[in-house]
Amino acid sequence: MANADAALASKPVRTTGPSGAGSYKKRSKLREQRRGRVGWLFIAPFAVVFVVFLVAPLLYAFYLSLYSKGLATGTTFTGIDNYVKAFQDPSFQKGVGFVISFAVVLIPVQMIISLAIALVLDAITTMFTRFARLMIFLPYAVPAVIGALMWGFLYSPTFGPLQQIFSLVGASAPFPLSPDNVFFGLMNVVTWQWAGYYMIIIYAALRGIDPTIYEAAKIDGANSWQVAFRIKVPLVSSALVLILVFALIGTLQFFTEPKILTLVSNGTITPDFTPNIYAYNQAFSYSNFNYASALSFALGIVVFICVYIFLFFTRKRGGFLS
Amino acid sequence: MTTARIAAPSAATTRYSRVPKGQGPGRRVLPYLFLGALIIYFLIPIWWLVVASTKNVGGLFNGSAGALWFDKDFAFGSNLADLFTYNDGIYLQWLGNSLGYAFAGGFGATILAVLAGYGFAKFRFRGRRVFFSVLLGSVMVPLTALVIPTFVLLSELNLTDTIWAVILPSLLNPFGVYLMQVYATDAVPDELLEAARIDGAGEFRTFLQVAFPLMRPAFVTVLLLSIVGTWNNYFLPLVMLQNTRLFPITVGIGLWEGQASANNGGGQSLWGLIIIGSLVSVVPLVIAFLSLQKYWQGGLSIGSLK
Repeated sequence: MANADAALASKPVRTTGPSGAGSYKKRSKLREQRRGRVGWLFIAPFAVVFVVFLVAPLLYAFYLSLYSKGLATGTTFTGIDNYVKAFQDPSFQKGVGFVISFAVVLIPVQMIISLAIALVLDAITTMFTRFARLMIFLPYAVPAVIGALMWGFLYSPTFGPLQQIFSLVGASAPFPLSPDNVFFGLMNVVTWQWAGYYMIIIYAALRGIDPTIYEAAKIDGANSWQVAFRIKVPLVSSALVLILVFALIGTLQFFTEPKILTLVSNGTITPDFTPNIYAYNQAFSYSNFNYASALSFALGIVVFICVYIFLFFTRKRGGFLS
Repeated sequence: MTTARIAAPSAATTRYSRVPKGQGPGRRVLPYLFLGALIIYFLIPIWWLVVASTKNVGGLFNGSAGALWFDKDFAFGSNLADLFTYNDGIYLQWLGNSLGYAFAGGFGATILAVLAGYGFAKFRFRGRRVFFSVLLGSVMVPLTALVIPTFVLLSELNLTDTIWAVILPSLLNPFGVYLMQVYATDAVPDELLEAARIDGAGEFRTFLQVAFPLMRPAFVTVLLLSIVGTWNNYFLPLVMLQNTRLFPITVGIGLWEGQASANNGGGQSLWGLIIIGSLVSVVPLVIAFLSLQKYWQGGLSIGSLK
């Protein structure tokens, strides 16, 4: 980000004042302005999509969220009532509580795993580690729907191997989607799906470090453990912040995996399990689009607050968006 | 832990002296065990899928060989035939839809991103800083929170339940624009553009013939990420589409899952289709990733090194 900011900060050399400026400067200023308009032409196609599919839906959702639809009363303006209702709604509260606690536990675990793999893969280069890198990354190429289904099968008492494995030691298998276990059952699915992707990003950042830094550190007597934690990790910290932000946003919007596993969870995963599932069901099971919009917007507010709290605490790391 | 400490220095020398041999494998046992265990963990679901796709319904439910090994009846061929003929071959239709959405959405989003990223990086114009800040902020807007309002908006235009309802919202990729901007700032020298202009090339021609070739690595990376994003998307098509003929593979298999669990017992054969259908749907992307390694592995560091 530092670069982008620097680029933004360095304004074009202004040819100020018509009085002192020669005709060459005038012309160059004109050219500069004309070129500026060409800049907009390059951005215009994206800007249109941005306005139509991001700004407009947001504004429209906000508009919808200010109205309520009653059977007898029709659609009426109710101001922030939907938001008051949302933040007092036990279903929404429970869902937000779940995704936040899920993020707090999941993301550090996922990060430690992917960082550890990336450090090992960066330190050792053989055929085997190259193979390992590809295999660990492979789940990223599997759609989340399919990943969740596969784990659902593996968890299943009918199809899965758990029953067999546990019967070897004479125990009965736990059901990973029971109310007590569902937190870890889902955590496993998400870690499996994303750890490899995060690993590859960290790995790419590690490969970008100039190796002469390690030489210098070794001459100074640093052991490889110190090289890893005092040099490598700080140098890739902006990559870590970037993927933490993405993991945070993704986790708070948790939808696909619990939605797919709903049917095989024997009722553990309820229609208000996460805020997004709740909003989806409000919209498409109850046709309550006003309230669903308010829920979507309220979730957006929660995400924004969480991301800003996170970026505030990592601001010295100088990462993305800081 | 201790072995990792011993192992790493030898590896560190390996790295720049490029002499992979000479270190005894014994010193690296722990890292290798660590990686080996991880490979097993990451491959188990896929292994299960491969094994289960070779079983017939009987083997799936009461097989003698267990969940992680092949049954005596090898039914892969007939399962595959069932998959492609079930319901007039709707599975192939879904596969085609997924490909269509992924390529249309992926290429569209990437072309918009490369143009906008170049514009932000190489032109100075009024409103640029404001727009770019808004764009960076928008990376944080939860995209799924946009899906429901976008649905309502598109339904007023009677565009829901058409392919456009899936393709058009997929064109939005603010993070792709950010990556392109970062990349273009570094990779495209201003002097080169200036030279092209002095030679009389128009702005668009300068972009196509001078800047674009330099931005190709970023283009390929953003393209891959966008295609994967669209291919894997579930929430958007789930919300937008009712006509099962328009479903992409993710929503289609979700539909089968719903039908299979709705009629427990009667849905047994459907579970078999879900399993082999999942396997087949994974194959195209896995092949794409394995064959395009050198492109995406380098490109993924673009956004993170800054």
